[in-house]
Formats: sequence, C-alpha cells, structure tokens
Amino acid sequence: MKESAMTAHVTAGTPSGSSPDHDRRHVTSHAPGDAASTNGAALTNGTAAATEPALFADATAPADAEVPAGAATPADEQATASATEPSLLTDAGEPRRAGALPTRRSVRRFWIVAGTLVVLAAAAICGGLAYDNPMPVGSRGFWLIAQMRATNVVVVIVVAFCQALATVAFQTVTNNRILTPSIMGFESLYRLVQTAAVFFLGAAGVTAVVGVWQFFLQVALMVGFAAALYGWLLAGRNGNLQVTLLVGIVMGGGLGAAATFMQRLLTPSEFDILTARLIGSIANADTSYLGWAICLAAVAGVLLWLQAGRLNVMSLGRETAVNLGLNHRLQTICVLLLVSVLMAVSTALVGPMTFLGFLVAMLAYQLADTYDHRLVFPIAWLIGIVVLAGSHFILKHVFYAEGSVGIIIEIIGGTFFLVYILRKGRL
Amino acid sequence: MITLSTVLRKYTAEVAIGPVDLEIPSGGITALVGPNGAGKSTLLTMIGRLMGMDAGSITVGGLDVSKTPSKELAKRISILRQENHFVTRLTVRQLVGFGRFPHSGGRLTVEDERVISEAIDFLRLDDLESRYLDELSGGQRQRAYVAMVLAQDTEYVLLDEPLNNLDMQHSVQMMKHLKRAAEELGRTIVIVLHDINFAGHYADHICALKHGEVVAFGTPEEIMVPDTLSSIFNTPIDVIDGPRGILACYY
Amino acid sequence: MVVGLVVTVALVGASLFVGEYDIFGADDGAEMFGITRVPRTIALVLSGAAMAMCGLVMQMITQNRFVEPTTTGTTEWAGLGLLLVMIVAPDSSLLTKMTVAVATAFIGTSIFFAFLQRVTLRSSVIVPIVGIMLGAVVGAVSTFLALQTDMLQSLGIWFAGSFTGIIKGQYEPLLVVVLVVIAVFIASDRFTAAGLGEEFSTNIGLNYRAVVLLGTGLIAIATGIVTVVVGNLPFLGLIVPNIVSMFRGDDLRSNLPWVALTGICIVTVCDLIGRTIISPFEVPVSLILALVGAIVFIALIVKRR
Repeated sequence: MKESAMTAHVTAGTPSGSSPDHDRRHVTSHAPGDAASTNGAALTNGTAAATEPALFADATAPADAEVPAGAATPADEQATASATEPSLLTDAGEPRRAGALPTRRSVRRFWIVAGTLVVLAAAAICGGLAYDNPMPVGSRGFWLIAQMRATNVVVVIVVAFCQALATVAFQTVTNNRILTPSIMGFESLYRLVQTAAVFFLGAAGVTAVVGVWQFFLQVALMVGFAAALYGWLLAGRNGNLQVTLLVGIVMGGGLGAAATFMQRLLTPSEFDILTARLIGSIANADTSYLGWAICLAAVAGVLLWLQAGRLNVMSLGRETAVNLGLNHRLQTICVLLLVSVLMAVSTALVGPMTFLGFLVAMLAYQLADTYDHRLVFPIAWLIGIVVLAGSHFILKHVFYAEGSVGIIIEIIGGTFFLVYILRKGRL
Repeated sequence: MITLSTVLRKYTAEVAIGPVDLEIPSGGITALVGPNGAGKSTLLTMIGRLMGMDAGSITVGGLDVSKTPSKELAKRISILRQENHFVTRLTVRQLVGFGRFPHSGGRLTVEDERVISEAIDFLRLDDLESRYLDELSGGQRQRAYVAMVLAQDTEYVLLDEPLNNLDMQHSVQMMKHLKRAAEELGRTIVIVLHDINFAGHYADHICALKHGEVVAFGTPEEIMVPDTLSSIFNTPIDVIDGPRGILACYY
Repeated sequence: MVVGLVVTVALVGASLFVGEYDIFGADDGAEMFGITRVPRTIALVLSGAAMAMCGLVMQMITQNRFVEPTTTGTTEWAGLGLLLVMIVAPDSSLLTKMTVAVATAFIGTSIFFAFLQRVTLRSSVIVPIVGIMLGAVVGAVSTFLALQTDMLQSLGIWFAGSFTGIIKGQYEPLLVVVLVVIAVFIASDRFTAAGLGEEFSTNIGLNYRAVVLLGTGLIAIATGIVTVVVGNLPFLGLIVPNIVSMFRGDDLRSNLPWVALTGICIVTVCDLIGRTIISPFEVPVSLILALVGAIVFIALIVKRR
C-alpha cells in the first residue's frame, strides 16, 4: 500500500518526465529558501500544519511562508504530499520509533538486565559486608564490623564508577573499543609520583604526605599531564587522535623508566612500602580523602552524563559528527579531560588497573545493547560494581588472596581482551 | 547557492588544490567529475567544512563555512563521505534518527519521528528499518546513510562518491532516489561521480576538475562534447546519441 | 659510511677507557681492563646492533614503522620466561635461562604475528597500541607470579637493563647474536618481500611461512639473549631504524649496516652517560634509553603527522 502511494507520487511529481529544462525551472522556484531559512526547523513546525501537510522538505517551507504567493510550489506536489504521510505504526502495531530502545521487547530486555545487575551488585555488596562476620547477625559488634567494611564497599563503588564511565567515554571518543584510558601513561605517572615520594622523602616521608593534599597533588598532576598532552597534540590543524594515543603511551614508557630507576635505588623495606601502594588493592585504599574523591568523581561523572547525547553522535566518527554540527575537536578534548579526572581519582584511590575498564565496557555494550550513553553508563557502573565487589568477595573468602584482586582482574580482563580482538578480526 | 572564491589547499610545493573560483547554483544535482587525484573529494570535504583550507572562502547559502558555527551549518548543509565505519551497533532507523540531531539535540520529538519515517520511506527502507546496519548489503547500507542526510533536512546535500561499491542496479536506483530528492524536496545536491555517463544522464550541472582546478562547468549538454571530455580525462572520448540520451564512449 | 665507522670506533674506544677504576694508574689496571671494560664494550656493541636490527626486521615483516620488541610484548614474554626459570629452578645455569627466555620470546612474537595476520587493522598506529596492550597482559601475569614468590624487586631490577654487571664469564652467550646479525644481513631482502604479504611473496616464489618463521626465530633469539644477559633495552629497535631512514630514505636493505652502527652508537652513548652522570654510581642504560627514546620517538611521530 505504501509502495503504491509512493509510485503515484513520483509520477505526479514529475509530470513531464525529467527533462533538464523542467528541472531547472522547478528548482529555481525554491531558491528564495536560500536566504530565508536559517532556522528552518522551527518554522516548519508552524507552517507544516497550516499550508503544507507533511511536506518533507522544510527548506521550501520558510520560503513559502515569506513569499506570499507560495512561490511556484507546484500544486500537484501539494496535492500528493498527503499521500507521502508515512505510516506511524509498525507491522507489530507499535509506534515507529528511532530511540535508544525502539521496541517494547528491547525496553523489557533492558530493564531485566538492569534489574538483574542491581540485584547482583547488591548481593555482592551485602556479601562483602556480612559474610564471615564473626559476631551474631544484628548484634552491635556485627554492625561495627560491617561499618568498617563499608569503607571498602564505598571504594568499590567509586572505583567502578570512575573506571566504567571513563572507559566507555574514552572508547567512544577514540572510536575504538579495544583501548582503555589507562594505557595513556596514567599508570606510569602514578608510579613515578609514588616512587618519587618514597625516594625523596624516605619511608617516613610517605606516611607524612598521605591525605588530602597528596591526593589533590596526584590528581592535579595527572589532569595537568593529560591537558598538556591533549591540548598540544589535538588542538593543532593536523590534530590526530591516534598519534596522541601513541605519544601518550610512549611518554608512559619514559615516565615508567624514570620510576623504575628510582625504585632501584630504594632499600628493600622502602620498596615494600612502595609495592603496597602501587598494586591496585581495595583493602589498601587510602580512605582519608574518600570524601573528596567522591566529590570529584561525581562532578566529572555528571558533566560526562550531560554530554551523553553528544557522545552518541561522537560514536559515529569524526566526519559524521562534524556533519551533524558538533565541534568535534573541542568535544574530544573536553571528554578526555573528564576521563583523565576520573582515571586520576581511581588511580589515586586503588592504584593502576589496566583491564578492568576494558572488561566492564565490553560487557556493558553486550548487555545494554544500545548506542545511547545515557543507558550504557549506568549499566557499565553496575557491572563494574559486580565485577569488583564479586571478585573481591571470592578472592577474600574462597581463595584467601585479598591482596591480589587487582592483578587477578588484570589477568582475567587481559585474557578477555585477547580473545575479543582475535574473535573480532577487525579493528 | 554555493560560492567558492580563491579556495586553496596546499599539500606539497607541487601538489595543491586551487585556487578554485566556482559558483554552484541552487537546486538540482551538480556532479563533480574528473580524473583521479583531481581534487573532487577534497573540494567537497572543504565545502562540507570537514577539512580546512589554506586560503580563500566558501559560502553556502550566504553562510561562510569557516566562520559560521558548526551547529548552524548542520541545519543548512549535510555531507556524506565514502567511508563510514563505526563501532556502535545501530539499526537503520536509529542511524537515520541521528540525522535529526542538529534539530533535536538528541531527544527526538514526534515531529522528528515523522521526518525520520518520511526519509526512510522515501528511500524505500521501511522494511529494513529495524535491521542492524551490519546485517545489510552494501547498497542497502549506502541508502541508509543517504536517508540519514535527508532526514537532516538541509537545503544542501554533499555526497562523496555514493555509487562506490554499488552494482549497476543499485547505482541506478541511488541516482533515481537522488534525482527525486532534488526535484520533489527541492534539495541542492552536489555529488562526486566517477562515471561520466551517470553525470551526463542524471545531473543538472557538471563541474569538471583537473589538477586541482575547475576546467569546465555547464549543463550536461555543454560538457558532454568529445573535445571537452577528451581533454578532461586525457582519453579519446566520443559522444553518441544513445536510446536514452547522449552517451560518452571511451572503451 | 666511513664517517659512521670512525664515530663508532671512537665511541667504542671511549667506552673502553671511561670508568671509575683507573686502569692506567692502578697496578692491576690491565687485568681490570680485561675483566670489565672489554666484556662490557663487547656487550654494548653486540646488544646495540642486535636490538636495532631486530627492530628493523620486525618493521620489515609487519610493514609498520612503530613495531619493535618492546611494542609487541616480545620483551615481556622473555621476562616471563626468565621469571619462570628463576621460580622453578633458581640455581639453573645461564644457558637454561637463556633457552627458556628465547622460547617464550618466540611464542610471544609468533602470537603477535599471528594476531596481525588474523586481524585487519585500519591504522598503522593501532598495531603498536595493541602490542603494548598484549605486553601489559603478559606483564600482569609476571607481576602476579613475582608478587606470589616475593621476586618483584628482582623483576624490576632485571627489567631495568644495565651493563653494570657484565664481566668476564658472563657476556660470552652474547656472541651468539653475531650469528643473528649475519643471518639478518643475508636474509634481509626476503623479509622485505614477506612484508608485502603472503600472496605477494608466494607469487614471487618465496615460502612465506618459512621466512616469517625465520624472522621470528632470529628476533626471539636476539631478544631472549640480550634480555637475559643485559635486560630490557626499550625503544632501541624503534628509534634507530626510523632515524636511519630519515637520513637515508626507505631502502631498508642498504640501511642495514647503518642501523647496526647507529644502534651501537646510541647504546654506547647512553651507557657512557649512565656511567658518568652520577659517578661513582651508575644509572642503568635502559633508563637513559627510555628517556632519550621517548623524546626522539615523540619528535618523530609529531613531525611526521
């Protein structure tokens, strides 16, 4: 039925065939639109109902609105215009929609996934709080112990938040799903700063500089590093994201070498202290500045959330994004800076984690199954909590290897990474 | 109207595009033709502000592309490049929906959905609209991209070799769709074409480029002349009267 | 070429005579000279040439300028092998360590090449990024093992490659890499052909698999041995071929001797800096190399973009 209406329209629209002469006359009649329709969309809404029901091109509409005679809009076109009115329902009887979750089925699926993840995350958290608690449930001692463990849980939630959002946003901006922001030299910078602290201040010095100031210094250094790098490499005329990535990685190598060198000169006891700080560990997380960390992460997260719509467009690649009116370069730098804030918070809390973000983001794309970052972000966060809290729980209570959570996640995530790139076959 | 004045882009001391002075009239299809490396795609990308220029200026419908905010331009001009690959999994309808981004800012209204439906129906994609892009054939995917730039609802549509990788049937279909878009929707379409006969048959104007400069501009009848074509393409070309119009023969 | 040779010889000479111990004044100067300076200088020459040529071979085979043992995980694999030996049999001989390191380096490099063959890549810059990620996975495994067995600091020390510990009786295995260097000279045009793809090389009558296998083997042997004897020499295989082709163009084959010489020069210069900058202590050569390498590499890609 639609098909036949369309054919009718075609023949009606071009009564004299497609001789060039006809075309040119036809076209010039619309030329006033040239000068007049800067905000065509708004005007169309008003005029479409009155004069031209559902005329697809609003380029012509404002011209008609301003040139009283309606210019020379062919009458036959108006007549058939109503025939092109698209059907509003799909065959299944649902409204035709282009949103993030277009069908009822996809909406249902999404909420089931989200619900399951919430339950899993809650279970992992409660398990972490309550399992193996020596005091009887409900007694005062039980709550005291749970309270002590609550800090760990908060750290897990914050780190999951940072890693999940940062990685998803980073992969969108770089248009590449195998990268994680942690390869950008953050890890080495973190190692260098920590090593330098032990190196110059000694074992005693380390305990002296913990706390809010050390935390802020760390975050400021990392964000400054990222800002300098991105600003320098991306802002120029030939700014190139991939070159920026490579430079970041190589700089990471240089910084890492400096850190390793200093480590060589440490005494074994100092080195032990340093190791405890360098290997990602939730139990060792420095909690004196947890409040600040939450604030910073929240601010960066909210800003990133506000960009979600633009991130959706960014995921179509540079050219399409520019075509759709985004300032791609500015947007890239802005997102990368927010990513670096999140990464800095996460790294300063629990140390470097290369593959957690990759694991979380990859699962999030599969489970959320939508392009919309407004939906992917929360799913990724929940997955992050489940993975971190879950593996922490298992390692602590089943394998009694609490200290190596970070490394285990690295190895699992890394294995996933390898399997993923080999199966995907194209990057 | 698209106006280019002394547009220049330098690559090396010897290789440069321009200086190009050109006026592309409003309405109809204007085809950019020329041998490989003539600068067709570069010129198109510069008009579509995907690439900067070293000197000169380009105005599209009175707006200077290098000074007007990108957001404003996105409502006046749309450009589709040859290579479009991205990592996100999208359905046809979701992709076309992105065309409304300049108008809706990402939140689709009922009006947006209507325009999207129209663009999809216009390119006869309605049966495919809930399929994922990676499940489509090359021709279908190409149509989906064109539907996206049509949904963007701009007066000016720039297409960089949309017939690339399409077989004969799909090429002809695509050109017919574009012709209809120009006629029925009043769009101004600028298109890079490789096959001079496609340009001769479907375009309203032909602009020939060579060595980064405009060497000929006119109607198909004016350009489809043996001498002109032969010198543009460095190949002896005859023009004959075919059953459906003039044809360039270069085989 | 002559100038290059002269500069290299001068630097090698300097390496022989620079150091804390006064080889002319002291009674046992000549003996010390034989025990430390000569072995050290030989080690410098061999490992510099070998690692630089390894980088070149990898770049020939992959047709990618950003590839070298440290950006493909080869070094990390060799490190993992070394660590395994140190855990399983701490007292094993240098030869055992080397064999295992060479074997793991071979496995790692093969995995990387296999990966490159199976995966189509959009951009050449992605290749080293993936390689570094691969290296990070292997590095995580190593760190985990080292942490479990309290070997983390030894791992760190090993990773910071240095010529300090090279004395008579320790460097001899390095002589094997002479054979690698010669083999690379002989087979270089095959590597170039293989780099143009399996179909291309089959077309010109070359056994693609055999050539890639040979290349992988040579790289693994050189990397494994240098890794065990000296340690990690980051970026050497990356910057040297790139610098040479900046000056001499892209004919990889005729660049080979230049690559070898430049590799020797850079390692020697870095080692001389390391020896003198905080004398009487020494800075590991890998640190200087990483810093110099990072700077040179960044300058290269920024200039090229």
